[in-house]
Amino acid sequence: MAQELEAIFQKHKRERSSLISVLQEVQYKLGYLSPEAIAEIARFLKISESEIYGVATFYAQFRFTRPGEHEIKVCLGTACHVRGGERILEEMERELDIQAGGVTPDYKFSLEKVACFGSCALAPVMVVGKEVHGRMDPNRAKKIIRALR
Amino acid sequence: MDKMKLTIDGREVSVRRGAKVLEAAQEADIYIPTLCNHPELEPYGGCRMCLVEIEKMRGFPPACSTPAAEGMVVKTVTPELTKLRQSVLELLLTEHPHPCLTCHRKELCGPFDVCLRSVSVTERCVVCPKNKRCQLKDVARYIGLDEVSLPYTSRGLPIHTEDPCYDRDYDLCILCGRCVRVCDEVVGASALAFVHRGSQALVGTAFGQPLTESGCVFCGACVEACPTGTLMEKDGRWAGLPDRTITTICNYCGVGCQLRLAIKDNRILRVHPDPQGPSNKGLACSKGKFGLDFVHHPDRLTKPLIKRDGKFQEATWEEALSLVVQRLSQYEGDSFAMVTSAKATNEDNYVMQKFARETMGTNNVDHCARLCHAPTVAGLAQTLGSGAMTNSIADLAQAKTILVIGSNTTATHPVIGFQVRRLARKEQANLLVADPREIDLVRDSTLWLRQRSGTDVALLMGMARVILDEGLADMDFVRERCENFEAFQESLQAFDLETVSQTTGIPAQDIARAARLYATQKPSAILYAMGITQHSHGTDNVMASSNLALLTGNIGVPGAGVNPLRGHSNVQGACDMGGLPNVYPGYQSVGNPEARAKFEAGWGCSLPDKPGLTLMEMWDAALDGRLKAVYLVGENPVLSDADASHVEKALKNLEFLVVQDIFLTETARLADVVLPAATFAEKDGTFTNTERRVQRLRIAVLSPGEARPDWLITCQIAQRMGAMGFDFQNPEEIMEEIARLTPSYGGISYPRLESGGLQWPCPTPDHPGTPILHVGRFTRGKGWLAPLRYRPSEELPDKEYPLVLTTARLAHHFHTGTMTRKAKGLAQLRNEELAEVNPQDAERLGIQSGDAIYVASRRGRVTARARVTEDIPFGEVAMSFHFAETATNMLTNPALDPLSKMPEFKVCAVKVGKAT
Repeated sequence: MAQELEAIFQKHKRERSSLISVLQEVQYKLGYLSPEAIAEIARFLKISESEIYGVATFYAQFRFTRPGEHEIKVCLGTACHVRGGERILEEMERELDIQAGGVTPDYKFSLEKVACFGSCALAPVMVVGKEVHGRMDPNRAKKIIRALR
Repeated sequence: MDKMKLTIDGREVSVRRGAKVLEAAQEADIYIPTLCNHPELEPYGGCRMCLVEIEKMRGFPPACSTPAAEGMVVKTVTPELTKLRQSVLELLLTEHPHPCLTCHRKELCGPFDVCLRSVSVTERCVVCPKNKRCQLKDVARYIGLDEVSLPYTSRGLPIHTEDPCYDRDYDLCILCGRCVRVCDEVVGASALAFVHRGSQALVGTAFGQPLTESGCVFCGACVEACPTGTLMEKDGRWAGLPDRTITTICNYCGVGCQLRLAIKDNRILRVHPDPQGPSNKGLACSKGKFGLDFVHHPDRLTKPLIKRDGKFQEATWEEALSLVVQRLSQYEGDSFAMVTSAKATNEDNYVMQKFARETMGTNNVDHCARLCHAPTVAGLAQTLGSGAMTNSIADLAQAKTILVIGSNTTATHPVIGFQVRRLARKEQANLLVADPREIDLVRDSTLWLRQRSGTDVALLMGMARVILDEGLADMDFVRERCENFEAFQESLQAFDLETVSQTTGIPAQDIARAARLYATQKPSAILYAMGITQHSHGTDNVMASSNLALLTGNIGVPGAGVNPLRGHSNVQGACDMGGLPNVYPGYQSVGNPEARAKFEAGWGCSLPDKPGLTLMEMWDAALDGRLKAVYLVGENPVLSDADASHVEKALKNLEFLVVQDIFLTETARLADVVLPAATFAEKDGTFTNTERRVQRLRIAVLSPGEARPDWLITCQIAQRMGAMGFDFQNPEEIMEEIARLTPSYGGISYPRLESGGLQWPCPTPDHPGTPILHVGRFTRGKGWLAPLRYRPSEELPDKEYPLVLTTARLAHHFHTGTMTRKAKGLAQLRNEELAEVNPQDAERLGIQSGDAIYVASRRGRVTARARVTEDIPFGEVAMSFHFAETATNMLTNPALDPLSKMPEFKVCAVKVGKAT
């Protein structure tokens, strides 16, 4: 872990104000903030793990569980909600046998609900990795997932 | 003092400049409700309870964070304020069980009353462990809320009971943040933080892990700061209010924390560090806060024991004392030795050494200071004239540079350690840490000098050389106040940077940088402890430290000095009281005819003029038969002294051994008679802490069974032996005699100690005490610069014993563990030795963390489990001596420092391998 993060640490000053950008880069590299990563950051910046966790949990952008290989985000914003986003989420939970916020045991898929992608014209929307799938229905969503298995 | 005047609620109030409105009100006894404010913390302004109205200021500023100003007119009670406070409190209470807080019957209600409002049991104040001590309740009553119009929503969180010492019930938390802030600002551990946000916000640790994993030091500062029942000690959780609270002094290390013991039914319920404590200001460590279980432990000695046919039998005091008197009368003179105790009071120690000298006619008096700061007493007496901390603990706040060498301060003297860490974190001081181990303070240090164990003289002299070479020395100070400069300068020739770097293993530029910081960013304070003294060249180490301070003029000014941190609660006092073979109380030499004449007149007897045996010499004398009887009080040399099996053999070789202790220690088991003593909580007296502050102990609970205070036992023995001058009625009378015969204690008396203690020298009843030594003039006249030579440790690693063993201390245990291991919470935190091994060594030896290993030296062999860690450098192993199962001192080297007779605890050669 220490070696993996060394490159990131080298770019930053060893002071408190570096925390947010270090957290962002570590998350970009690892996909999430693991307890081990936070312990290393604590060592580097001389800030306690609890404090770092406190700061990180304040922001919605950080995650603390390992994401799946395919990150699935189902939109429940107003437009998607009206057009049945909820049903897509339920279908995904059933299909993957995990709750929103969870990850499959093989770390292949992780599932999240989000509040709006700004693609309301395509509602309901599901995003898999970086690809946006618009005008979803439960059946089509299932097919997309099955194709990735 | 610069004061300003303002008006609060129509009253004129005068307060120091820079104070906040809240402080001004508190000073005038005007109550302003507050939940998040805490005297030791920065103003936070989070709870909005202390809102006030100030003329010519807009809105309702919070009193806690608004600076008071000359001529300010403040109102703390107006209808608008009450309404505001009520609505904020209402919001706060929607997440805290509150029916009792708003009930008009709250004064009348008892635990088993039927609630007329049908409030469910779980929401009642009577089932809260903080009931009647709750600050939220106080505030709610003051503000006077009749109902909370919003529904109460329990967060439904599980209570955290997984940790030792204290529980966390976040359903009662009002998010005032005092715990988070005290842990960060004061303790510097930051184990607790606010996590998540908005309605989810809570206090917690990273990933919700237990406190034991979060860097928590279990000092209990958060528990003390919590206004509600969220954070509660496990012990006495449901015991309710105490009958009384007694202020006394902690019995563990030399910081001398003032503790308030909450007593109920003759038991210590809880311990609260006293905010008025001069050396601790409301702080304590895990040992003081959670480690006093030993006082009520069932293993306490309650009756005298006499060994008959190899077995202990209970006896009456009459039997035990007669036997002791009858036997000791046979050994008057130098075949007797007295071991006094650094855990006993000044009065106890005074009586003990008086007994040895006056009644038994010998100067064979010593105690465990021999094994901690004998080199300090010897070294600093030679260079400065007084072997004690030159400055005060509070002084550190004024230091610009702090050099911590050979002291794991956050473990051994946590309350001082917290202060050092706080200063380093706030960047008020440069922190230089010189230690072979990566101790806690390293994380917050400006510079870490990782010297090889035993090379401190080289490091310190190397720094002195840099300071001189670069012209950074305070030559005016050296010329006016020091002597022997030429010889000292001459001896520095051997310490050029290159050589020093090679000897110590520290990069040359780091040594130079440390020297520059120390010499230029003044005042600079040196803190040191066992890492300096416990060497066969301990006195040299001490003198090298004082050289550095003298050379830079860092003596006699606030925030500077040479500060040995004393290990036991009263090791300073035991030395002051003459618990040493060469001096009477107040370091008056036994060889000095004037001093001897004074004590002969004072005690009405004739005294021996030859200095007695030191502790390690006693054991040698016992083995070769010169020493026949020993009276040993409150010590455990079988575990604490170097080459412990040698000590055990020596004690077994004695004709008569009396041990006086609170437990049947490993040493007491070898005794012929064991006398049950009272603990610190059961007696009156005084302790002298590391900063020379004499403080009062007070009786908090009664002793179990027939245990008696040490001074009384010794006096009874002396009186039965026909000695005069032991008819003291109480410790106060003993202190009066001490003051008469000891110039530095001359002005000390119990009435004067009521208001917070006095720092010696305090020669007369109107003398205010001496916070800083050597101001304007050294005790010995001029400061002596010591020429030194680097001597390697006596036993260096070789082919057969390839590793260096260094002894260390753990934060949660003390000395031989006799007291701390009896504490439930502390035993949960750590209950076994874990020998620290460097990963490189571990790999070579095939050892992993948790493996059972043996550690063997030329003198013995012990087993322990291994902890593989980078904290210890390559080629070294670290162990404590807290655990009797792993008697580390079986291994250590009894090679003595020639001047102070200190054995070399810190360096010996060992081999390590997997235990089979």
